[in-house]
Amino acid sequence: MKAFTVHRGLVGPMDRANVDTDMIIPKQFLKSIKRSGFGPNLFDELRYHDEGQPGADCSQRPIKADFPLNLPRYKGASILLARKNFGCGSSREHAPWALEDYGFNALIAPSYADIFYNNCFKNGLLPVILSEEQVETLFQEMAEKEGYQLSIDLPSQTVTTDSGHVFHFELDEFRKECLLNGLDEIGLTLEEADAIKQYETQRAQQHPWVFGAIK
Amino acid sequence: MTGRTLYDKLWDSHLVKQNTDGSSLIYIDRHVLHEVTSPQAFEGLRLAGRRPWRLDTNIATPDHNISTDKSERAAGVAGMVDEVSRIQVQTLDDNCDFYGIKEFKINEMGQGIVHVMGPELGATMPGMTVVCGDSHTATHGALACLAHGIGTSEVEHVLATQCLVAKKMKNMRVTVNGQLGTGVTPKDVVLAIIGKIGTAGGNEHAIEFAGSVFRDMSIEGRMTVCNMAIEAGARVGMVAVDQKTIDYCEGRQFVPKGEMFQRAASYWQTLVSDADAVFDTEVVLHGDEIAPQVTWGTSPEMVAPVTASLPTLAEQPSEEKRKGLARALEYMGLEGGQSIQSIAVDRVFIGSCTNSRIEDMRAAAAVAKGRSVASTVKQVLVVPGSQMVKAQAEAEGLHEIFIAAGMDWREPGCSMCLAMNADKLGAGEHCASTSNRNFEGRQGNGGRTHLMSPAMAAAAAVAGHIVDVRTLMGENH
Repeated sequence: MKAFTVHRGLVGPMDRANVDTDMIIPKQFLKSIKRSGFGPNLFDELRYHDEGQPGADCSQRPIKADFPLNLPRYKGASILLARKNFGCGSSREHAPWALEDYGFNALIAPSYADIFYNNCFKNGLLPVILSEEQVETLFQEMAEKEGYQLSIDLPSQTVTTDSGHVFHFELDEFRKECLLNGLDEIGLTLEEADAIKQYETQRAQQHPWVFGAIK
Repeated sequence: MTGRTLYDKLWDSHLVKQNTDGSSLIYIDRHVLHEVTSPQAFEGLRLAGRRPWRLDTNIATPDHNISTDKSERAAGVAGMVDEVSRIQVQTLDDNCDFYGIKEFKINEMGQGIVHVMGPELGATMPGMTVVCGDSHTATHGALACLAHGIGTSEVEHVLATQCLVAKKMKNMRVTVNGQLGTGVTPKDVVLAIIGKIGTAGGNEHAIEFAGSVFRDMSIEGRMTVCNMAIEAGARVGMVAVDQKTIDYCEGRQFVPKGEMFQRAASYWQTLVSDADAVFDTEVVLHGDEIAPQVTWGTSPEMVAPVTASLPTLAEQPSEEKRKGLARALEYMGLEGGQSIQSIAVDRVFIGSCTNSRIEDMRAAAAVAKGRSVASTVKQVLVVPGSQMVKAQAEAEGLHEIFIAAGMDWREPGCSMCLAMNADKLGAGEHCASTSNRNFEGRQGNGGRTHLMSPAMAAAAAVAGHIVDVRTLMGENH
């Protein structure tokens, strides 16, 4: 997995609460058996006038000029500034895949839906949690300044603005370590193979019906 | 020692290792797979040169993007018209065949929507941890399982290790006592809960549904409620074991028999929260006060009793709420203050992992019987949740009632709940739907979804607009 340590980049807005994963990547793109290539269809229904089809060339499609991420000033954004409960709904990991493929390295919001939040860490995408007031401050600064950038430092768990704010954020130690080092979580769990086997042996005695049922 | 909640018990009995950094390794008993969220996981497994840790834990079936049309279905995977979907279903078949994973293939008895199939085959049993690359996995919690949705990276993790790295959630109890009125169903109860706590209300929590309303409910009804825990923000929804749970499991295909069943059942009876268990969050509703519910907006929390009117911009407490409401009303093509029953419907969808079980079919048929679909309604899809539900409904003659009323009786699958196949809404069309999400574009680009119970959806189909099903129930027809 891709590691994340520090990042400085242009900030783009998604100024609405409860953005669901259907909105992030609509269902028709879930038919793909690949993990990449979802970026051009990120926020598809908000971004284009027509209905997107898998495999279609998005460069030829009519765009909704007033959708913020379509504005020239946000072109190349790598940090998405969002509102509360971002990523609610469907568990589709295609949502973080699409955000990452589009070019986002980090997200900043007051809260995320649980499954989406978890999925981000599997893909080198850092979902930063700040308070609603702090997020509001960032939205205001961004609106006032074209080319607005932020610095995110994972080791020190801070978001720093050019105006001098330093906002601290929290995240779980395990997730931080995996992200900092780009660790393969499956490889880490397999190092516990003996503990897993021991658990299975004991459980098979206690609850034998859990084993061997599906044939 | 203070008592433990049902969730605490399920967590403790699956803990493989507690790490010092606060994370834990949790053992997974049952892994359910479908075509949409598994191909990248199998590919990852292959690229890393790994094999599934255990085979007898996995169970697979195609459901999300398969056709519900009788003639297309009869042609099997090879006959799937949408080439991209066909490749995805074929990939599931190939992966299951290659690794030796049990799959109920597209037209095989047993196939169905993953969350209908698992319980009805007895593949999910009380006390299990159950995961699937689908957020509605909480459904299985109706059998006192610790069940939740996972992403594709975690599908690969479970395939390779039979474990997940997890952090314990907080405990929430939603208690609904009293008795439900006539025409009020499990769907109405869960929509009322979501209306009360909001779509983020259960974030970071596992919800246990407790109280007389859930005790009186069938297992199928409990599944409807647990299914939508995710729409309240909670990955996990559960109901404690009682005699109904044990009776439901007995005799199903993958459930042990004889002495082993007795042994399992006596363990299952311990799967209840202790009387002195403490919950981090408590929510209370009164069953007698719940009316049939309908969503009017673009989030499941935008819900109201069928007798109500839409909220107005003027009564919103904040600018953020006003903006959210204005956007929802514009998308839905509705006006603040408009009565819910004045909303005309273009299509009706009865199905999905929320409401496609046999009793949902019976509830819809009871309303449809002797009535006809309104001439203004373009299509009514009735999609049974599984081959077994379809067979049972046909044995009871329910399909004849639907067909006589002018409804389409379809083949099992997810269908118009998420519109990955040909079953979808046109732009601007309103749909009375028994599914679980009313997000923008969910049922088709520009489509407008109104979530409700199967009886309410059938009533909307015959009336041509949203209507209080209770007014039809007294009618002689």
